[in-house]
Amino acid sequence: MLDEKSFEALSADPAVRQMLVKAKESEVPTVWDRYQAMIPQCGFGETGLCCRHCLQGPCRIDPFGEGPKTGICGASAETMVARGLDRAIAAGTAAHSGHARHLAHTLLKMAQGKAPAYDIKESGKLKSVAARLGISVDGRSDQDIAIDVAKAALADFGEKETPVLWAATVVTPGRVETLKKLGLVPKGIDFEVSEIMHRTLYGVDADPVNLLLAGLRCGVADLAGCYMGTDLADILFGIPKPVVTETNLGVLKPQAVNIALHGHNPVLSDILVTLAAKKDQEAKAAGATGFNLVGICCTGNEVLMRHGVPACTHSVSQEMAIVTGALDAMVVDYQCIMPSVAAVAECIGTPIVTTMEICKIPGAIHVPFSEEEAEAKAGEIFQIALENFKRRQNKPTHIPEIKSPVVAGFSLESIVGALTKVDANDPLKPVVDHMKNGNIRGVCLFAGCNNVKVTQDANFIAIARKLLKENVLVLATGCGAGALMRHGFMDPKNVEELCGPGIKAVLTAIGEANGLGGPLPPVLHLGSCVDNSRAVALAVAVANYLGVDTDKLPVVASAAEAVSEKAVSIGAYAVAAGLPTHVGVMIPVTGSALVTKVLTETVKDLTGGYFIVDPDPESAAQKLLAAIDERRAGLGL
Amino acid sequence: MSQSQPKEIFVRLDRCLSCHSCEWACAVEHSQSKSLHQAVSETPQPKRRVYVESIDPNQSLPVLCRHCEEAPCLHACIAGAISRVKDVVITNPGKCIGCWTCVMVCPYGVIGRHLEEHKAYRCDRCPDRAVPACVTACPTKALVYRSADEYSKGIRQTAASEMAAGKRS
Repeated sequence: MLDEKSFEALSADPAVRQMLVKAKESEVPTVWDRYQAMIPQCGFGETGLCCRHCLQGPCRIDPFGEGPKTGICGASAETMVARGLDRAIAAGTAAHSGHARHLAHTLLKMAQGKAPAYDIKESGKLKSVAARLGISVDGRSDQDIAIDVAKAALADFGEKETPVLWAATVVTPGRVETLKKLGLVPKGIDFEVSEIMHRTLYGVDADPVNLLLAGLRCGVADLAGCYMGTDLADILFGIPKPVVTETNLGVLKPQAVNIALHGHNPVLSDILVTLAAKKDQEAKAAGATGFNLVGICCTGNEVLMRHGVPACTHSVSQEMAIVTGALDAMVVDYQCIMPSVAAVAECIGTPIVTTMEICKIPGAIHVPFSEEEAEAKAGEIFQIALENFKRRQNKPTHIPEIKSPVVAGFSLESIVGALTKVDANDPLKPVVDHMKNGNIRGVCLFAGCNNVKVTQDANFIAIARKLLKENVLVLATGCGAGALMRHGFMDPKNVEELCGPGIKAVLTAIGEANGLGGPLPPVLHLGSCVDNSRAVALAVAVANYLGVDTDKLPVVASAAEAVSEKAVSIGAYAVAAGLPTHVGVMIPVTGSALVTKVLTETVKDLTGGYFIVDPDPESAAQKLLAAIDERRAGLGL
Repeated sequence: MSQSQPKEIFVRLDRCLSCHSCEWACAVEHSQSKSLHQAVSETPQPKRRVYVESIDPNQSLPVLCRHCEEAPCLHACIAGAISRVKDVVITNPGKCIGCWTCVMVCPYGVIGRHLEEHKAYRCDRCPDRAVPACVTACPTKALVYRSADEYSKGIRQTAASEMAAGKRS
């Protein structure tokens, strides 16, 4: 008898397991089936010892010493592994900054009057970003400032006289000096990506350490892309403020027109959310209770943070939203959209709507989105969902009755705002005082994805539980935030059960000062994966307040179930910023003892940050705590 | 009353894509940690006992100990280190004197010389596993673990269907 328990090894989320039963009964293949079919995976690839960078390849180095010791060109295991890692960092950087560039173009079109659906929602943030970039704001219209900010953003992509401004102006002064000394200041975001492609070409850079330093510099460019993405999205769509919502597959409603927003960018999804309320009459005319928009992955995080749109599911379980049979459209932009969604949707009868020129999927309906025609295109998408709802009526749905309350919306601005209620003149003082007295032992940021190789959410849950009990302040972004929210870590009523006494006191004091009548949630949701920049902004603010650099803070990061190359590039900038950074799955570097040592040890002497690679969540939690305690000792705490 | 036939590792000759996964799995199975990411840095380096041999650019085959019924190595071993235990030809490292006579007489060239331990080594059919690691690892199922009878039956089935198709066309 197949029941939910049969799938305990696959996902810690009971809603996902219910849908796995349904998928199995309906013979719908899922990501977990495809993973089983792929095992065992190739050892050369797993250890980074396979190179396909030229047409003489593929080359494979035998780590057991009997077969080839170098590639055909003579590249050593060290060279091969470092080149491969660099290309992953470059790909991640290209993706985050591609997202940011899309926003920069949108801002520019808006300011030039070409994109009427958009507006400046945060004039204050526009001016503060402009001021940080050295763009004059006095006596100028928001439109004029926005044009200059958008142009400055676009200028940051190419090589120019000045370094990448979204990197150089967002870290501590000390970090700027460290990065300069190590040659890690990026010249242009695209320049760094392009240079990685050049130096990892056949017959260019063979020095593993030189390659790894270039990878770190590209990582700093990735920070720029992420930070720019957050800044521009906040200007166009609003700075997130605390918001109450809920999450998991139970947020789908059988009688509503359910539209899942999946991918990463708010450029389209924010418009859909804003328009949905106006379109509700059309849904009602079709016999529905209304439109029900839900989020998946980071598009979901963007609209959850700004509008309280409930999050349906995340990352590895994206197919499960379709298996409910209740979706009337899955609207995707780009990144982390498994092509398999089209096949699953075909089995179930759900339209997949692709919207971006760079992300089309065979079997999906393509609606070519443009900022100029945003509302019209959004209207087409609503129509597709409405038509599907009409077809779907009277057919059974299989929505798990499982959902968790969520309090989210913690931007740097909203956190400082909340702290102002505790100490109006010196808002960071309460945090620093709690850090000094040990109520906050340290801070851990959870980021990244769900990896099919790990029981979904299990690593996040295990490490977060341990750290919260040990009075670590826990922040989360992306699908790491998704994992924790689906298991109650963003429900304030779970503070009592999850948190150690110190962190409970801190969350309660801030919550009560803000009139919540109780604590903040155990884990603070900072947003999508580009919003890891918010964690950097918070760390930089605290470091500047203390007059130290970020590598001295008791702050660590964990991508406990990482998948995407974007997680690799985020890891690279976390290490460049000086953070001990845990990765909970193996990254393809173990084929080179040298590269492994540089990433996990040697780099600590350069940037202060380093990777902790450990698939075991219990020992990973201990290592993160040890790293926090080492930093505390360094600060004399 | 027929005795059940022992299983052998057979190679389906048209299937190997030369990915070397069998070699990896074999080395890891014969490592101390039995974990890929740790095995690559162990000393002494774990030894594979299956060898993917390239015949021409388009064809390769995994070659490994056939555990011959009349094993030349067993008869040739001067130290009495080689014996047959439950259908598997085994080298006892305690008795092996490292003379490499077995290497000399093996018609398949699948007995290795362990440079650190000065002992001969070979496929042991993974005594801790129900199915040998190389067989499990093969992504194209070029390696199969079956009795000779089952294996032949599969070939007969294919041949029969090809003959029948020939008649139909």
